[in-house]
Amino acid sequence: MLFVDEFRNPELIQRAVDEIHALADPKREYRVMEVCGGHTHAIFRFGLKGLLPPNVELIHGPGCPVCVLPMGRIDDGLELAGDPNVIFTAFGDMMRVPGSKGSPLESKARGADVRIVYSPLDALKIAQQNPDRQVVFFAIGFETTAPSTALTLLRARGLSVKNFAVFSNHVTIIPAIRAILESPDMRLDAFIGPGHVSTVIGCRPYEFIVRNYRCPIAVSGFEPLDILQSLVMVLRQLRDGVAKVENQYNRVVPWEGNLAALRAMAEVFEVRPYFEWRGLGFITQSALRIREAFAPWDAEQTMSVPGICVTDPKAAQCGEVLKGVLKPHECKLFGKECTPEHPIGALMVSSEGACAAHFKYAVT
Amino acid sequence: MEFYDKRIAMAHGAGGEATRRLVEGLFQPAFSNPQLDSLSDAAIIEPPAGRLAMTSDSFVVQPIRFPGGSIGELAVNGTVNDLAVSGARPLAMTATFVLEAGLSAEALRWEVEAMAKAARQAGVPIVGGDTKVVEHGKADGMYICTTGLGLVHRNADLGPKRVEPGDRVLLSGPIGNHGMAIMLARAELDIEADIQSDTRPLLELAGRLFDALGPSVHWMRDATRGGVATVLNELARDTELRITIAEEAVPIDDCVRGACELLGLDPLHVANEGQFIAIVAAEQAEAALDVLRRTAGGERACLLGEIDRATISRVIARSSFGGTRVVDMLIGDPLPRIC
Repeated sequence: MLFVDEFRNPELIQRAVDEIHALADPKREYRVMEVCGGHTHAIFRFGLKGLLPPNVELIHGPGCPVCVLPMGRIDDGLELAGDPNVIFTAFGDMMRVPGSKGSPLESKARGADVRIVYSPLDALKIAQQNPDRQVVFFAIGFETTAPSTALTLLRARGLSVKNFAVFSNHVTIIPAIRAILESPDMRLDAFIGPGHVSTVIGCRPYEFIVRNYRCPIAVSGFEPLDILQSLVMVLRQLRDGVAKVENQYNRVVPWEGNLAALRAMAEVFEVRPYFEWRGLGFITQSALRIREAFAPWDAEQTMSVPGICVTDPKAAQCGEVLKGVLKPHECKLFGKECTPEHPIGALMVSSEGACAAHFKYAVT
Repeated sequence: MEFYDKRIAMAHGAGGEATRRLVEGLFQPAFSNPQLDSLSDAAIIEPPAGRLAMTSDSFVVQPIRFPGGSIGELAVNGTVNDLAVSGARPLAMTATFVLEAGLSAEALRWEVEAMAKAARQAGVPIVGGDTKVVEHGKADGMYICTTGLGLVHRNADLGPKRVEPGDRVLLSGPIGNHGMAIMLARAELDIEADIQSDTRPLLELAGRLFDALGPSVHWMRDATRGGVATVLNELARDTELRITIAEEAVPIDDCVRGACELLGLDPLHVANEGQFIAIVAAEQAEAALDVLRRTAGGERACLLGEIDRATISRVIARSSFGGTRVVDMLIGDPLPRIC
């Protein structure tokens, strides 16, 4: 398949693996964080970890939007879904994520009208087809998905669709990376930068990482060869004692980002003063809320959102796992109380969560 | 008698005149055979010499018609296939319908004809059944439950106890078509792809295998809900052995693979309706593959992997470049992911 098979070519992959082995100095350890959940998933799905030298450790970062969403926001969404007049729409990623009283799928089983959509535009279409009902789109994601929510709101306003609202839980990647870098128990040697997010924001926003922390970064695609080539790039930088932002995924990621997408986001969203991240606590200026101009389509302004706060189960160590301080299997609950079938932390729910990927794919 | 009604009503399940019109005007003419035509309370079947296999299944697919098939065809083939992978040829089948009041008679007629055609193709008479009608809104149009009775092939001796280290894993053909066809037909995802369900009877493929190499076939199962991954995990659990598959050996149509990549689904977890996994003794694996490939519909059968002993019984997939991963059972339904 075009754009897939060539990035899974055994010969090229072997060449990249050989180069990683040659670059990795056996006298030192390398801790490389892949920020994006898609990378975590691919690393496990293709068994890449087993191809690397033992002193190259991959740390799974906070880039799965489902994993960093606090339970209270899910409860808020499901409160809205509980209204019989509401059609609650969300991506498939959200469906099994537990709030304190169950997941969207469980809400659906109890009778709520919960529907999976693949795009917020589909949610808008449902609103147009059901003018007597209120359709809520539970928006999650980093800059990868925020532009499509923005475009949907622009279209909703353009078409004057009155029964459509977005409950925005969009977050932004840079403050999360900054929080990780400033965490006192953190020691990282390099980053594999998020590919999808970077198609929107470009590479320039990562420059502070190399400038302030002297930490190499390679923005990476999601196929096995992409990830291995990105590792080659950061290991070369570490060997040469340099730190720069490199763009491995330049077939998709423009250095300056997608200006049209950024414009749409800027028109519709503004930065929240602070937002709670699961496992990372409150991070200032790390999430997006809907601007006043779009208030009629903002669930937080037009509907009664209770603003529920839920403390995570004490024994769950999602925060430490998110920051790479603990490996998933080192969490007290991993594989015991917390499994993909009965998840306690969100990292075990999303197929891109570090714990679920570890549980499902790791060969021990 | 003619079934002239336009829509199903509660009266069609009440046992009176409307029920009689439905049974004698629609079901009986479509399925007609001596046992059914007597319209007695039970079909009488002369037991043949040998071992009997019996299986039941319920079909609740939505939408009821999808590219490549429909609920009626599925209801016959699903049960026929459960018999086939148990080493049996079907002798007779019953069919129970749960209909939602308001269902169009045309939709029902379409499914009844699809069932009759599938039953003829499999050579199995539908000898009895039942009809219930539930209120509008209480069911997704129609549900069908079928029970099949079959005669086990004299060469067939299947079970997890017969699976041994060294045995080979065979797959009858490309995977994922049914699950993806249904997912796209639900129209919740605005994705267009020319994917047809693989619903079909497996009698011929399985039968030829038992005819030629019966005793060497140790275990067999059709990879329906949960897909190949779930079937293999069940086998690993039941045998306490390890199964290693070669990821590049798995035949997947390009459009299915593309749709799975796009939606973030593992094709090994996606449902099939016309594929089976067979575990065959190592020395007969090539011969078995040859039999399958020479049988119509088995052209893309493949050697998927092998079985060995390990400290932990699990299913492992090995990539073409040497990476390995655990293939787990499906948890819940496969859900498309986006971010």
